[in-house]
Amino acid sequence: MFGIKLNNVAAMVLKRIWLGLGTLLVISLLIFVGVEALPGDLAEAVLGQSATPETVEAFRKELKLDLAPHVRYFAWLGSFVKGDFGNSLANGRPIADLIGWRFANSLFLAGITALVAIPLAVSLGMLAALYRNTWFDRLISISTLSTISFPEFFVAYILIALLSVQLVAFPSISNINDQMTFLQKLHAVALPCLTMAMVVIAHMMRMTRAAIINVLTSPFIEMAQLKGVSQRRIIIHHAFPNALSPIINVVVLNLAYLVVGVVVVEVVFVYPGLGQLLVDSVSKRDIPVVQASGLIFAATYVFLNLTADVLAMLSNPRLRRPR
Amino acid sequence: MQPIKLLKQSPLSARVGLAIILLNLIVLVLAPMIAPYRETEVVGDVWLPSSSENLLGTDQLGRDLFTRIVFGARNTISIALLITLISFSVGAVGGFLAATLRGWVDQLLGRLVDIIMAFPTLIFALMVLSVLGTSIPVLVVVIALLDSTRVFRLARAVAMDIEVMDFVEVARLRGERLWWIMRHEILPNALPPLIAEFGLRFCFVFLFISALSFLGLGIQPPTADWGGMVRENAGAITFGILTPLWPAGAIAILTIGVNLVVDWFLHRSSELRH
Repeated sequence: MFGIKLNNVAAMVLKRIWLGLGTLLVISLLIFVGVEALPGDLAEAVLGQSATPETVEAFRKELKLDLAPHVRYFAWLGSFVKGDFGNSLANGRPIADLIGWRFANSLFLAGITALVAIPLAVSLGMLAALYRNTWFDRLISISTLSTISFPEFFVAYILIALLSVQLVAFPSISNINDQMTFLQKLHAVALPCLTMAMVVIAHMMRMTRAAIINVLTSPFIEMAQLKGVSQRRIIIHHAFPNALSPIINVVVLNLAYLVVGVVVVEVVFVYPGLGQLLVDSVSKRDIPVVQASGLIFAATYVFLNLTADVLAMLSNPRLRRPR
Repeated sequence: MQPIKLLKQSPLSARVGLAIILLNLIVLVLAPMIAPYRETEVVGDVWLPSSSENLLGTDQLGRDLFTRIVFGARNTISIALLITLISFSVGAVGGFLAATLRGWVDQLLGRLVDIIMAFPTLIFALMVLSVLGTSIPVLVVVIALLDSTRVFRLARAVAMDIEVMDFVEVARLRGERLWWIMRHEILPNALPPLIAEFGLRFCFVFLFISALSFLGLGIQPPTADWGGMVRENAGAITFGILTPLWPAGAIAILTIGVNLVVDWFLHRSSELRH
């Protein structure tokens, strides 16, 4: 019995992973084709004034532009999977070096934010459901609606104005390097984390509240109330576990948002992460770096969406059996 | 229902939202008449505080900030509105077509939309912009295309609900053509959720354009644009000068206004159904 159930679940997970990989393949194709669709010649566009026939030829050889497109695509994909992303057009350094450290930084930022935001959001959501329609609930509703409406840079600059300029508590430029201790790093990323946390908490809290209130209309909740169970216990022990599916869904979706939202925040706080590298490279039209970092972002996003799907399915026992 | 009666029954939040939207529309239309100076005119020293000559002070080049915000309203909002209209038309028509024709049309469009939606929007936009440059037409087409996928999903879901109803079948038996059915049977019944979605899409597009301009990859200077103005004046914050908060705040206020009205609209339409 147990074995058969596990097989069903494993099969669905594998199917999702398979779909995810397929999506990634299509995305990598899109990224590659997008560059092919450049109006004009990439070599001449990038070399600009120094585009003599010799330099154009050398450039083409360097980027393997002389090969046929489909051959080049597979060569690119092949070396990408091996970890060789080519060299940056801006400074000629291997892209893998640039990206590796910055990706770790972005993950650090997103990770700390998630660690702070998720427990806070879920607890606030439960409290709001417990005290629904009171002034507490209204207040939370208004502040979360506002936070969702604000552009991230607005929240960021307000926090800088308050906590960095007025209070001089946190740095307005979050530069981190390997020499710092963990606590020093935390201090440096405090403001960007706070900025992103506010937006993410708003989303997750609203969903938690809505999901729990939705469950509260079920018959078994009414049974618990008739039994005389306290409201607090009802929410924590009966409603919440049954609301897990949409809550987990929104949590992981917000994690996916974090991966992307990190871009704007990194620019505001000049944080050495992958997002800032992407924006800089887009401005400088450093295509190989844009391709590589774009693909990494897309892969993380697809992976997190996939996890959201799978977890949502697993946490709702009724969805575990394919119908 | 008559507009006046509708207004009288609305909660405070909806009225605030409507007022905000109205204010922005007035500024948008009457921009040249309201602004005291011209859009790119340098009138004083850098980052002056607010005075009788410069209501909100000056920006990082000495231009009057109030003028820039007024023209920024016109530029940013009209582009966001244009993009939303395009994305909405494309998405809604696609969604209705997919729901009415079913079969391979539905499958094809569905797969296409799935693939586009699997991509994080900002990353996709950034990558396309790096290849094609940041001109206004490119911006409009790219963002409209990306956003139309979400409208597609909603339009398709709503249209499928309506399409199975009897009056649509009657219209078909009468021999009405596809376009007629879509326009006269499906569209009027699909309006309430679509209108709400229009508001939400506008907010998203508006914030998205501002974010792109903030990153330097949207509307280019010297055209006044709220996101770009935040970027240009960002340096002032470290001196304790709050200049970048004005355009950023303007963005926030308009988004809140539209959200409040959409919330009220959804609340009303869900009430009417019960």
